Amino acid sequence: METKSIVAVRTTINGREHSAEVDSRLLLVEAIRDVFGLKGTHIGCLTGDCGACTVVVDGKIAKSCLMLAASADGREIQTVEGLARDGKLHQIQQSFWDEYGFQCGYCLPGMMFSAKELLETDPRPDEAAIRHALQGNLCRCTGYQKIVQAVSTAADRMSGGTNEEREDDHRDDTPTR
Amino acid sequence: MSQTTPTTPTRVGPGPTTWTPGKVGESDRRPDGVPKVTGEFEYSSDMRLDGMLWGATLRSPHPHAEIRQIDTSEAEDLPGVYAVLTHEDVPGRKVYGMEIPDQPVLAWEKVRYQGEPVAIVAADHPETARRALEKVHVEYGVLDPITDAEKAVQEDAPKLHLSGNVLRRIRILHGEGVGAAAKADVVVRGEYEVGMQDQAFLGPESGLAVPDGLGGVDLYISTQWLHIDQDQVAESLGMDPDQVRLTLSGVGGAFGGREDLSMQIHACMLALETERPVKMAYNREESFFGHVHRHPAKLRYEHGATRDGNLVYVKARLVFDGGAYASSSNAVCLNAATFACGPYEVPNAEIESHMLYTNNPPCGAMRGFGAVQACFAHEAQMDKLADELGLDPLDLRIKNALKPGDRFPFGQEVPPPAPVREILERVKVMPLPEEQEVMGRDLRGLPGGVSNVTHGEGVKRGVGYAVGFKNIGFSAGFDDYSTARVRLTVEDGEPLVEVHTAAAEVGQGLLMLQAQIARTELGVEKVSILPADTRVGSAGSTSASRQSYVTGAAVKLACEGVRERLFERAREELGEPPDGLSVEAGNVVRDGRTVVPLAELLDGDELEETCEYHHRETHPLDENGQGDVHLQYAFAAHRAVVEVDVELGLVRVVEIATAQDVGKIINPQALEGQIEGGIAQGLGLALMEEIQVKEGKVLNASFTDYLIPTILDMPTVKMEVLELADPEAPYGLKGVGEPPTIASTPAIVAALRDATGLELTRIPVRPEQLAGVSDGPPLPDEPTPGGAGYAEVGRLDGRRET
Repeated sequence: METKSIVAVRTTINGREHSAEVDSRLLLVEAIRDVFGLKGTHIGCLTGDCGACTVVVDGKIAKSCLMLAASADGREIQTVEGLARDGKLHQIQQSFWDEYGFQCGYCLPGMMFSAKELLETDPRPDEAAIRHALQGNLCRCTGYQKIVQAVSTAADRMSGGTNEEREDDHRDDTPTR
Repeated sequence: MSQTTPTTPTRVGPGPTTWTPGKVGESDRRPDGVPKVTGEFEYSSDMRLDGMLWGATLRSPHPHAEIRQIDTSEAEDLPGVYAVLTHEDVPGRKVYGMEIPDQPVLAWEKVRYQGEPVAIVAADHPETARRALEKVHVEYGVLDPITDAEKAVQEDAPKLHLSGNVLRRIRILHGEGVGAAAKADVVVRGEYEVGMQDQAFLGPESGLAVPDGLGGVDLYISTQWLHIDQDQVAESLGMDPDQVRLTLSGVGGAFGGREDLSMQIHACMLALETERPVKMAYNREESFFGHVHRHPAKLRYEHGATRDGNLVYVKARLVFDGGAYASSSNAVCLNAATFACGPYEVPNAEIESHMLYTNNPPCGAMRGFGAVQACFAHEAQMDKLADELGLDPLDLRIKNALKPGDRFPFGQEVPPPAPVREILERVKVMPLPEEQEVMGRDLRGLPGGVSNVTHGEGVKRGVGYAVGFKNIGFSAGFDDYSTARVRLTVEDGEPLVEVHTAAAEVGQGLLMLQAQIARTELGVEKVSILPADTRVGSAGSTSASRQSYVTGAAVKLACEGVRERLFERAREELGEPPDGLSVEAGNVVRDGRTVVPLAELLDGDELEETCEYHHRETHPLDENGQGDVHLQYAFAAHRAVVEVDVELGLVRVVEIATAQDVGKIINPQALEGQIEGGIAQGLGLALMEEIQVKEGKVLNASFTDYLIPTILDMPTVKMEVLELADPEAPYGLKGVGEPPTIASTPAIVAALRDATGLELTRIPVRPEQLAGVSDGPPLPDEPTPGGAGYAEVGRLDGRRET
C-alpha cells in the first residue's frame, strides 16, 4: 500500500493568503492551477524548457513546473492574474496587446514576467538585452519580433512621464473589460 | 469498479466577444487581447466541471506488434477507476481518418506505430488514471518494424494495411518529359533529405466531453475543424452528428497538428460510459505521440538547362514516409508533386511522388504541407545550376520565373497575379545588413551566443536566396466551403452585427478579421463574434491558409445579403430610389448624406442571413498528372544572411528579408505576425527541428530534446508586401499563413552553403555537418534513461519497458 506524504502550504498569491494541504510531490504549477484555481499560469512542457509557467516567487521569476508546491510555503507569489490592478492593465500587458506581441497567447503570461523582471533591473534595455532576458520563454506563433517591440514599447512607457505617473505602472485609460 | 452517478452538468463557456473593430485594411488590437494578457482566457486545458473525471490513454511501446491479449480486470478493480475501455467498446466505426478511415480508435490485433492508443481509462484523479494504465496488461507479439519508406515497397515487406504499403503514387508527365534531355547543355543532379518536423504548438492537446443525459454528448475541444471532428466522432460513437455537438475551446496554436483527431473520440466514449464529464489533457511527451508530424522525405532531382540559363527539363522523384496511417498524406503527396518544380516555367518535366506506409509515427498536415519538402530540393537545385552555369542564382531564378498565362507542369494555367519575378527583384534590392567586425564582438552576437568559446576566428558570413509558393484552399475537386450567419440587430439603441461561424481561431487573428469584414460591409461600430461551434454550418478547416479567403468570403456574402435587405426596406418604407445607397457609421447614406439611421430603419426587427461560400471548382489530376487542381497560388521569396562558426558548427542567422504577395492586406499587424511566425518555423526546420526516430521509436519527445527556435535564434525580419488583387478572391486577398514557412528554410541553407562551401543536402543542418565532422543523419546514440517519471507505465519511447 502506498502512502502519500501530505504537507501544509501557506503562501501569498497576488496579495491574498492561501493555505492548503497538498501532496508533497505536487508541482507548484499544479498547485497554482488546480489547488488555488488560477488557470492563467500555463503548462507547456513540465520540463522547464518552455517558460509558459513562469511566475514571480519572492520577487524573482521562476518556472513553476520546476518547483514543488511545498517549497512555496511562506513565500509570496505573483501570477498573471495579479498583474492588472484595480481594473487597469499593467504597461507590459498593454504593450503586448498594442504591439500584437502574441497570437495564441499560451506563452504570454510567462513572457510578460520575464519582460517585467528585465525592466525592473534595466529600464531602457536595447534589443540584445531584451532577447537575452526572454531566452527562456518559447513562443511558437510570433517569431518574437513583435515581442521585442512590445517590451521596448513597455520600456518607453514605463520610463517616460513624471515620477508620480511612474509610481504606478498601470494604465488609466484602458479598462480590462 | 466504482459506482457511477448520472449527472448532466451544464458548462457555461465564454460568451460572445463584442467590440468595435477596425475596418478592412486597418491594424486592430486583438479582441481576445484583454482576456489573454490578464490570464482569464480559457484554453482547453483550463476547463473544469464539478464531478468531472480524468481520462488517460495507454499507448503501444512498440512500433509494430501483434496484440495477443488485453486484460483490463486489474485496472478496473483499482479504487477511483470508473471505466477501462478497449477496441471492443467502440460503439460505431472502429477506425477514423480525414481522407481514408484506416486508423483504429483503439488498436486491435495489431499496433502499427509506437504510441498507438490501445486502451483508455477514466478515473477520479489524473494520477489514479495513470496508475490504472499500469494495471492494463497487454500481451504483445513484437514484429519487425518497417522503418524505411523505400523498403516498404519491397516484395518481402510485410503488408501494414490490406491495401498494401503504397498510400499514393502520382506521376506527372509534362511536355516531352526527360525526352527533352538532349536539348539541355547542362545537367545537375542532387539527392536531398528532409527530417521529421513537429508542429510544437505550445498548448498540448486537451478536451472536455460532457454527456447530455439523453444519450448524446457535448465536446469542448481545441481543434482546427469542428465539423470534420463531429463527423468522425459521431461515426465512431454510432450516433447521428446531431447528438455530438462540438464547441471550440481556447486553442494554444495548431499549425496543422490539430487537423486530425487526438482524444476526441476517446473522451466522448469515456463520458458516455461513465455518464460523467471527462477531461483529457496530454502532457508534452504524449503530445509528440498524440498528433501527426511533417513528412520526412527523400528527394532525387535532375535539372537540365541551356547554356544561357533557360530551364529545359526537370526530373524529380519524391519519396515520403507517411508513417503508419493515412492522415492527410494523400493531399500532401499531391501538393508535393504539383509544387516539385518550384515557381518556374519548366517546359518539360517528369515527376513521381510516392507516399508510403511504414511503422514510423504517422505524418500529415503541417504548415507548408508538401510544398516545404519540394522547395528545399528545387531551390538547392537552382543554386547548383546557377553555379554550374556561372550565373547569379537570383538572376537564374528571375530568368525562369513563372508568370500569369504560363502552364504549370500539371497543365493548369498560371492565374494572375503571379508576381514571382517581382518578389525576387524586391529581395534583390533590399539593402544587406552591414557586416560587423567579428573579433572583439560582444559574445552574445557570435554564432552560438555565450556558448561560443572562441573569439570568432572561424566565423564566416553567407547570403542565400529562395522562392516558393503554396496553394490556398482545398484542392483537387474537394467542395471547399464555409458558412456564416450574420445578424443585424439593435442593442441599447445602437446597431450591432452578430457573426456566427464554426471557423477555428487558433491564434492567427480570425475573430478580428471576421469582425473587420462585418464592420466594413454593414457600416456599424459594434460587432459581436459568437463562439465557434457546430450549431452553424461547417467553416472548413483552419488550414491550407484558407480561412481569410473562404470564411472571409462567407461572412462578406452574408453581410451583403443583410445589406441588400436593409436597402430593400429603405426603398419600401421611405421610397428611396434603389441605386446609390450605402451604409456608414450606423446610418443608411446616399452621397454622404444620412438617409436614415439603421436603428430607426430596423425599428426593433432583426435581419439575419446565413450564407455558404463555395470557392471555384477544382479538379483532380488525370492519369498523366494533368488537371486544374488548385484554387489560388501565393508566392514568397526570402533572403537569408547567416554567420557560421565553421570550427564549432554554430550558426547565427543575422537577418531574413522577404517579399510576399498577399493580394490585399486585411490587417497589417496580423499579417506581419503571420510572416514573422512562419519564418521562425522555417528557420527551425533549417537548423534544429527534427523528431529523431530510430527503429520506429521516437528518441526526443520533449522540449529538452526537440528544439524549437528561441528569441535568440530568430533574427530581425525585413519585409515587403505586394498587394496585387486576385480578382476572384474577397477584397482580392491571398492566404498568407504558409508561404513564409516554405522558402525561408532553403534560403537559410543556401546562405550556409555560401558561408561554408559545403553541399548540405539534408535538413535540419546539424552542427557536426557544418563543422565538417559528418554529413549524414543525426548520430544514433541511445539516450540515457530519465524524463517525466512514468517509468512503471512503460515509456512510450521504450527506454524501459515492463
